[in-house]
Amino acid sequence: MKEEITLETFNHLVELAALELSKEEAEYIRKELNNQLTSIHQLQAIQIDDSILPTSHGIPYTSEMSPPIREDKFIPFEEPDNILSQAPELEDRYIVVPDIPHTDLE
Amino acid sequence: MELCDFPAHKLSKMIHNREISAQEILDSTLTRIEKVDGRPGSTKPYTQTSEDKEKVHAFITLLADDARKRAQEIDKSIKEGDEPGLLAGIPYTVKDIFCVKNTPSTAASKILANFVSPYTATPAKRLQNAGGILLGKVNLDEFTYGSSNESSAFLPFPRNPWNPDHVTGGSSGGSAAAVAAGEGALSLGTDTAGSIRQPAAFCGVTGLKPTYGRVSRYGLIAFGSSLDCPGPIAKNVTDVAMMLKVIAGADPHDSTAVNLPVDDYLQNLENNIRGMRIGLSPDYFRITFFDTDKEELIEAPINDEIKDIVYKAAGRLAEMGVDIIEDIPMPHNRYGIPVYFVISRVEAASNLHRYDGVKYGYRTPDQVKELKELYRKSRGQGFGLQPKLRILMGMYVSASQYSEQYYEKALRVRRLIRQDFEEIFDQNGKYKLDALLAPTTPTTAFKIGNIYGDSVLMQYSDQLTVAANHAGVPALSIPAGIDKKGLPIGIQFIGQDFSEGKLLQIGRAFEIATETDQWRSLKPLVLKNF
Repeated sequence: MKEEITLETFNHLVELAALELSKEEAEYIRKELNNQLTSIHQLQAIQIDDSILPTSHGIPYTSEMSPPIREDKFIPFEEPDNILSQAPELEDRYIVVPDIPHTDLE
Repeated sequence: MELCDFPAHKLSKMIHNREISAQEILDSTLTRIEKVDGRPGSTKPYTQTSEDKEKVHAFITLLADDARKRAQEIDKSIKEGDEPGLLAGIPYTVKDIFCVKNTPSTAASKILANFVSPYTATPAKRLQNAGGILLGKVNLDEFTYGSSNESSAFLPFPRNPWNPDHVTGGSSGGSAAAVAAGEGALSLGTDTAGSIRQPAAFCGVTGLKPTYGRVSRYGLIAFGSSLDCPGPIAKNVTDVAMMLKVIAGADPHDSTAVNLPVDDYLQNLENNIRGMRIGLSPDYFRITFFDTDKEELIEAPINDEIKDIVYKAAGRLAEMGVDIIEDIPMPHNRYGIPVYFVISRVEAASNLHRYDGVKYGYRTPDQVKELKELYRKSRGQGFGLQPKLRILMGMYVSASQYSEQYYEKALRVRRLIRQDFEEIFDQNGKYKLDALLAPTTPTTAFKIGNIYGDSVLMQYSDQLTVAANHAGVPALSIPAGIDKKGLPIGIQFIGQDFSEGKLLQIGRAFEIATETDQWRSLKPLVLKNF
């Protein structure tokens, strides 16, 4: 079978997705991705009239059923420390992270 | 029959008539859980025991003490003369994909195993405000990504109460199994491609995927944001109607929750359905899938027993004066899965970028030098195989060089799928249907281990349910028979936008017509001693 997602493409995606994978995981996932693509390729055979535009939702949102836009008002969360306490590492209510490497933008 | 086996609307009536207390219902339910559920799902290293294979394992987090306190409060308030809420004293479970304040809200993933939500999802809050008693959070496929519950990071995963060697279906497997086994009369689930209907069908219970936007998604840990629908799973149609009435409606926290009044689904539930037009489509009696070994597209009829049950159901409806219209074309149904492989993955990848080991959830215990390494390790160790697969596929098909070929094409085919439904429900069109009747699933519950691992075949078990999610339309799955192996068969009614009331009427009429059918007296295997 033709491998649409080559090892090179795969490794690039993994880097962009910020995932560290074991060798076994990487092999299984790449195989399944290529299998899924064979199913997705069924779509290529469908002839679609240009008048058919992409849709991001099934149901149409008419003005009658769309909720009114909320006032742009700041509502503080009542227990912010319950949110902060979920952070894996906290110091004086700041979330601690390791070094952020400096990179020059191209 | 024990109290925990009563449907919610009967319990509600008994509570309102002051015949029983919330505590009595709860005691019965907790006793049942103790007898049938076995150990709850956990991320600790897991070794299967023979006892594990006979239990349901619906729960991840059982909140027995909180539930007892809540039942006391409800009973006290009723004693003091307060008018009980619609769900007063009714025990329910919540799929662990919803945030509920001060409870672990895990998505059945290691990456959220230690997350305790600081707030409560809108539909869960509404169940609570109606007087319901939260029993706990139930298991699912990791992040809802599956159709069998075998992908949960919390083991043991749930087993089918009708035969524990078989899967519950998914992703709301814990929800459907809990309702089937008397572990809470109601459960809040979600349906992105069939995740309420397919497990409901596999476990012999009733499940509704509401119209997209009918129920708020606020507090639902997102998967496919344009497809996700929270909805009820219950023992029967009346219970589903009651639960939908409670959870549906606009929500200032979700701008996609529509601003339309909620029908009184209970009021008109037993209206006559004579004269309604219900369709059957040949496109719902076959599945088309890509065989990855043979590298070819295979078209196969669905299981004969299921087909017969659907036609029998049509016959019963015809006896009630319903017009059954055959040969309804749904030509784009077969593209539901490939379209879903693209759209749901793009949305999933986008929704999963937030898990980074920084703000909440799992952080790698390994020493790391810099932030990116922290991301890679935390995500690599925290996510299971399914989320990783979906992130990578979503990124691939939406990458700028492939987006037109895949993502945009899928969004256009999605419109064609929607148009199939618009045409059949158009009241000025050719078919003028009130509903489409179809099997919920191509097979009954499959054996544990039979499909898991083959991500393509697993996805195809949603082929008969997914089109309703693409189109946004509502669909109700109800039990309609039992196959030769003793496993439940589900049928679904699919309707036009916001026609939940009508679907529930049809479902209820079918229940009444089949009330004394022999199959209705059969019970799940795990309940054989009760």
